[in-house]
Formats: sequence, structure tokens, C-alpha cells
Amino acid sequence: MTYSKEVIERFQHPKYVGNMKDADVVGKVGNPVCGDVMEIMLKVKDKVILDAKVKTFGCVAAISTSDVVCELSIGKTLDEAIKISKEDVVRELESLPGQKIHCSLLAIDALHKAIKKYKENFCR
Amino acid sequence: MFNGDKFRKKMKIYLDNAATTKVDKKVIEKIEQVFLENYGNPSSKHSFGQRARSLIDKTREIISKKINCDPSEIIFTSGGTESDNLALNILEKGDHLIISEIEHPAIFNKALDLEKSGVEVTYLKVDKDGFVIGLEDAIKKNTKLVSIMHANNEVGTIQDLEKIGEICSKNKIIFHSDCVQTFNKEEIDVKKMNLSMISGSSHKIHGPKGIGFLYCNKKVKLRPLILGGGQELKIRNGTENVSGIVGFGEAINLNSETDLIKKLRDYFIYEIEKNIENVKLNGSRLKRLANNINFSFKRVEGEAILMSLDLENIYVSTGSACSSKNLKASRVLLAMGLDHATAHGSIRFSLSKYNTKKEIDVVVEKLKIIIKRLRRMSAL
Repeated sequence: MTYSKEVIERFQHPKYVGNMKDADVVGKVGNPVCGDVMEIMLKVKDKVILDAKVKTFGCVAAISTSDVVCELSIGKTLDEAIKISKEDVVRELESLPGQKIHCSLLAIDALHKAIKKYKENFCR
Repeated sequence: MFNGDKFRKKMKIYLDNAATTKVDKKVIEKIEQVFLENYGNPSSKHSFGQRARSLIDKTREIISKKINCDPSEIIFTSGGTESDNLALNILEKGDHLIISEIEHPAIFNKALDLEKSGVEVTYLKVDKDGFVIGLEDAIKKNTKLVSIMHANNEVGTIQDLEKIGEICSKNKIIFHSDCVQTFNKEEIDVKKMNLSMISGSSHKIHGPKGIGFLYCNKKVKLRPLILGGGQELKIRNGTENVSGIVGFGEAINLNSETDLIKKLRDYFIYEIEKNIENVKLNGSRLKRLANNINFSFKRVEGEAILMSLDLENIYVSTGSACSSKNLKASRVLLAMGLDHATAHGSIRFSLSKYNTKKEIDVVVEKLKIIIKRLRRMSAL
């Protein structure tokens, strides 16, 4: 199994990995049984994602894809961000080994969970 | 002045010697000689062929002396996996087989396959250090074979073969052991340990790949996996891998440097435990392979560590799911009672005579930085 240069670059120098003290909402998914746990934190204003951060316990692909999902979501409205697909994530990384595609799905799941939670709490 | 940093950047540190080893130059010289000068077929009647025959018989003798058996009880195979499969191939429908939950896939998957063809299989549990438990209770009237590995390839725990052999002998059960990780490293005496069969491999001891052996006591009747021209007592048919066998013999004759490696192992374990918090040494601390170090680094995932080390030209191995196809954590570590997250964070470092204290220092230094970085990123 080989990773693309982009995946390794993301893994080595993620841009959005870290804590967000004033997050408006947090979406946590995954399970230690599968070896991946992700927590996406969002800063939202007027239904637009202003900032995103992620913490990931997982493999190289999990760390890279969660970082990409953060990047793709920033600047998008909640309704636009929910449409981010695994293809979008893989495209940013050039390619992803077949058995690692589920990692990108997990990152998207975390984003979805955060958005859903935000809508439930603030968009009634 | 010597530029240490520049040197480090180029230095490759190979710590995956339980996977395979660098072939020793002396071994290569012997192999070359076979290829260029003694390339006869051992089955040929002419003296040129018979010279090749005497070369393979020489290795047979070297092995038999090492494990205390008769040279005629050594069958050359393509390696550990074939030897394991050949040993288990004595079983037929209705027979009962006992193995452990931590056997190598060469035994484990063969056992699963035998189950499909009507062989009854018991998978013995292990304790937290990886020692097999409950053998005597598992024995039945139809138990024909017990197969327990000498040392586990992932965590390095060395089983008490003498004790297991005694139980098998008392119950008149054939006893096989996968000794791939211990052959030529730990003492093996098939008579003292009541072993009827053992598997060994060349490429774990600085010999070539593609060659191994099965020792099989004369009283045990094997069933061949490969049929053909009657080579190797009609058990392993096909022209012998003469160069491989000769190289294997030379590898056995080399000094295995076990004591030096053991010292390096203990230093490595000490340094990791001193420098990195929240680590867990997997496997037995005392009855442990001389070259095995297996740690779980809490809150981080193994493949992320492996790749980070790879980027520093340090080569290790992981029992983590994310590097395998089935996405499950190591069967061995789970059998030892580790929780999933801890099992996912395991790294195996395995040493050889070529490793140095200086290399260990570099690895520990890099590890400290890598684990700190990944823990900062972790969601656990």
C-alpha cells in the first residue's frame, strides 16, 4: 500500500489539526474498535462555516482526510458543506488506496454530525 | 568535521528483522559457488549431480545437530509456511487438532481450512503475556496433533515447549511447533522437548528466502502437498533448491550474536520506557525473543507511527488494523486481552546483529517527537 505525495504532505503538515476553544459545535464519530476516532469542531456565523479544526486518532489516511474535510468546509454555508463528497476529498489528495476510502467517509460523517447538531441547536 | 545531521538523513535503520533479514555476505559467496560451479541436480546419478547431493546433505546434518535429530528426519521445503502446512496435512476428517489463538497465519489459516474438511479444531487461549493456557483440558480421545509455536512473531513470548511436549507425550499426541522465529536463536532439542515436528526458515537468520525445513520424527507419516519425482523422501517433490539449502547451512554456521542482540533489546526497552509516557510492553518481559520489542503507544494508531518512522528511514512493523486489509486489530494482541485502541497502537521493532546502540538512540529520539506530535492530534 502506497500513499500519494499529497496524502503524506497532509499527514506531515496538517493545517487544521488542533483544538478550537470557542467552537460552536463539535461532531465526534468513530470507534476505537475500527481504529479511527475523529472530532470536528466548527465555528459558524450566519450559517457559514468560518473555521474548522479536527482531532484524529487514526491512520495516515484518517489524519489526512479529516484535515482536507476541514479545509473544504471553511467558507461554505452549512447546506453547501453537507454536500462535500468522498470524491471531493479524494480529489484533493490525488488518490487514496482502495481500503482507505472509508477514512474519507468517516471524516465526512464527522462533518455531517457537527452540521446536524448545529442545525438542531441553533437553526430552529 | 563529520556532519552528523547529514549522515543521519541518509542512514537507513532496519528494525524489521522478524519479517526478514539481510543476507550475510558469506552466505552469498556460498550460494554463488553453487550457481556457478555446483549446479548439478542432486537426483542425477553422475558425480556432478552427486556433489550437489552431498552439499544438501551437509546442511541436513548441520540442522540435525542443532536440534538433536537424525539427518534423515529433515525435509527441505520452500519455507516456514510450507513446513507448517505440511505438518498439519497429516490430519484427516474426524481428527482433533489443538492450536493456540496466537499462531502464525500459516498454522491458523490452515487450521481454519481443515475445519471445513471435517477436522475438529480447538484454539487455546493465552494469558496477558501470551502464554498458552488450558492444553490438558482441551485434549480429547481423537486429539491427533498439537501445534504450538515456540515464540510468537508479533510479541516475542517464548512458550515452555518442554512442558507442552511432556503433556503431549503423556497423552501420545503428535507435537508440532512453528520454530521459525527461534530456530538458531533459542535452544531447541526435539528429544528433550518431545517434539515430533518443527518448522524452520532460512531468511530469518540472514539466509536466503524460499528455503526452510520440516523436521519430522520417523514415526510420523506425512502426506505430501506436492507430488512428483520422489525427492525428499517422496514428501517434498521437485528438484531441490540446492543454492538455497547451501546458503541456509552457511547461515546456521554463522555466529547468531544472540547475547549482543539481547543486550540491545533490553537497552531499547529501557530507553523507550524512560523517555516516553503511557507505553505498554506487549509480551513477556522475561521469556522473550532476543530480538523482539513490541510496544503499544497509548492514544496513537500504529500505522501513523510506522509511516512517520518510515519518513525518517526507520523501518518497523505494526499489528495495527490500518496496515492490513481486514481492518481488524491484531488477533494476537486481542487474544492477550488488550483493548482495541491499545492494540491499534502497537509497533514491533525487531533487531539483528547488524543493529547498533547508536541506531537505537536515533530511533528513540525520533519516536519521542513522533509520539508527541501524534498525541497532540489525537481525539482520544
